[in-house]
Amino acid sequence: MTLLGLARGSLANRRAAVALTVATIAISIGLLVLVEQMRGQLREGFYRSVSGTDLIVGAPTAPVQLLLSSVFGLGNPARNVAWQSYRDIVADPVVAWSIPISLGDSHQGYRVVGTTAAMFEHYRYAGRQALEFRHGGPFEDLFEVVVGAQVARSLGYAPGDRVVLGHGGGNVSLHQHDDQAFEVSGVLAPTGTPVDQSLYIRLAAHHAIHIGWERGLPRPGDTLLPDQARASIERLQPDQISAFFLGLKTRAAAFGLQYEINRYPNEALLAVLPGIALQELWRITGLAERILRIVAGLVVLAGLLGMLTALLTTLNERRREMAILRACGARPWQIAGLLLLEAAVMTLFGIIVGLVLAVSAQLALSPWLLDNFGIAVSPAWPEAWHWLVLAAIWLAGVLVALVPALMVYRRTLADGMQVRQ
Amino acid sequence: MSEPLLVLELLRFTWPGDAGPVIDRLDLTIDRGRRVFLAGASGSGKSTLLALIGGLVTPDSGSVRFAGQDLKTLSGAARDRFRADHLGVIFQQFNLLPWLDAVANVRLGCQFSRLRRDRAGNADQQARYLLAAMGLPEDRWNRRADALSVGQQQRVAAARALIGRPDLVLADEPTSALDAERRDGFVELLFEQAEQAGSSLLFVSHDRQLAERFDEVHELDDLNRAGDPP
Repeated sequence: MTLLGLARGSLANRRAAVALTVATIAISIGLLVLVEQMRGQLREGFYRSVSGTDLIVGAPTAPVQLLLSSVFGLGNPARNVAWQSYRDIVADPVVAWSIPISLGDSHQGYRVVGTTAAMFEHYRYAGRQALEFRHGGPFEDLFEVVVGAQVARSLGYAPGDRVVLGHGGGNVSLHQHDDQAFEVSGVLAPTGTPVDQSLYIRLAAHHAIHIGWERGLPRPGDTLLPDQARASIERLQPDQISAFFLGLKTRAAAFGLQYEINRYPNEALLAVLPGIALQELWRITGLAERILRIVAGLVVLAGLLGMLTALLTTLNERRREMAILRACGARPWQIAGLLLLEAAVMTLFGIIVGLVLAVSAQLALSPWLLDNFGIAVSPAWPEAWHWLVLAAIWLAGVLVALVPALMVYRRTLADGMQVRQ
Repeated sequence: MSEPLLVLELLRFTWPGDAGPVIDRLDLTIDRGRRVFLAGASGSGKSTLLALIGGLVTPDSGSVRFAGQDLKTLSGAARDRFRADHLGVIFQQFNLLPWLDAVANVRLGCQFSRLRRDRAGNADQQARYLLAAMGLPEDRWNRRADALSVGQQQRVAAARALIGRPDLVLADEPTSALDAERRDGFVELLFEQAEQAGSSLLFVSHDRQLAERFDEVHELDDLNRAGDPP
């Protein structure tokens, strides 16, 4: 039997207290790891959604707001952009592709985006990946709709299904465009971006279903029936859109074009570089992250102090055991080492259990994040520097145990082989 | 017999903070293989004397020589090694780690000494042999120490003191928690096994009924001149 064997026996003897101590440390480590992991994963998830777009253009607002409303469907665009302005800007020779979007409708809580077939051809996510169809294809008819992977999965849509779209965002739509049912033309493959949470219809269709709704409620007799709409498709060219995405021939052109768009004479417009807008978003959320980090760090500290308390309370009852070990020839440092070893084992278990907790929490949270934000979060092992932090915490656990270890060291020297009263 | 095992010479020791020495001008010699009874009431400096012999405290003056080696010349770590190598210890009670079983408690006796581990050979086997020799029923061998009766615990403690054949077994009132019948049986077995191991025995007790079985009997009060006129 080694010193480690003795430590194990001693820990096993105090199972309940040890389990509680390990649990305390585990929860604190779990929280710390979770905060760090989610921070990284969320950033990556957001970046994934915009990494293929060079510029986002909309009505003037805060850049972060434009980004959130156009890409992530969070909040509503302040105002619209005139169709003519869109035509003018995409005529610039540095523009490789453009995707106009019209927002404002939802279906069962998923947002409905009016756009063009360019969406399926040019939109890029996670760097250079294009959208793919799992079933069917792009919309062709005016009343056809393409659904994202998550929409199709949760609502059970397949090509050929009929869909009635609601008016306005949010889960509960009081008014349905129920006289204008759509047919699913295609289902997109999963992307891990908000695309999975969206339904795509033609811009003209988006316009058509809003004719007669100018006051926010249908005016009887003014709304278009599907066949009327199809017949007058030429007239359904929208005069306004919510925003548009631009892909440029060279990324370097982005700054120049952004400057020009922001000075566009006919209408006040805002062009943002998605990466920079994200940076701004992280700057806003950074404070909260820092606070979370500090809280997580303090919780870890509390966990270690809990262990210190647990070790200190055992010292009196263990005084005799220490004297017995001394009588058997144990050196003071071996007895002090026993305590350090116990702390090392408890902290190590705490870290291991904490990692398991963090991964489990991520597994539990990821469907919710995917459903609500379209952000794909996959549980991952901590990055290299996280391991360093964990190692430092482990070391801190051992260092904390130096306090009782030193007390024991001095006490065993004074006690000798028998506890002196 | 060439050289005595243990020679205490003009030993004097004062606990820090105490006004006077608890042990003063104490002389004692123990030869190899001898069974020595040291009679003394509690408070007469017994435990202090054992701590001095064990090298846990160093005397103010005088010397503890073990097999010719003056303990004062050894470092603290070397004294710990000396204790692990050469001494087996039995106390009145609280001898065992409560959360280890009997066998593991016995093995603890050679845990901190390579010399005694080597002598014990297969420590597990040797521990079982000694437990059997000390009369602990086999169904108790793998019980936790705190599940054993006081008498059984003392047998385990004796087995631990003897494992790896130490040169000297220090027994500090090992029988005062036992009733008369068990006490005699215990001392008998302890003698037998100490003889087999070739260990000397220094038995400290206030119970002078036991004294007649020993090779030598000393009164601690006679040896220890603390409080006597200088």
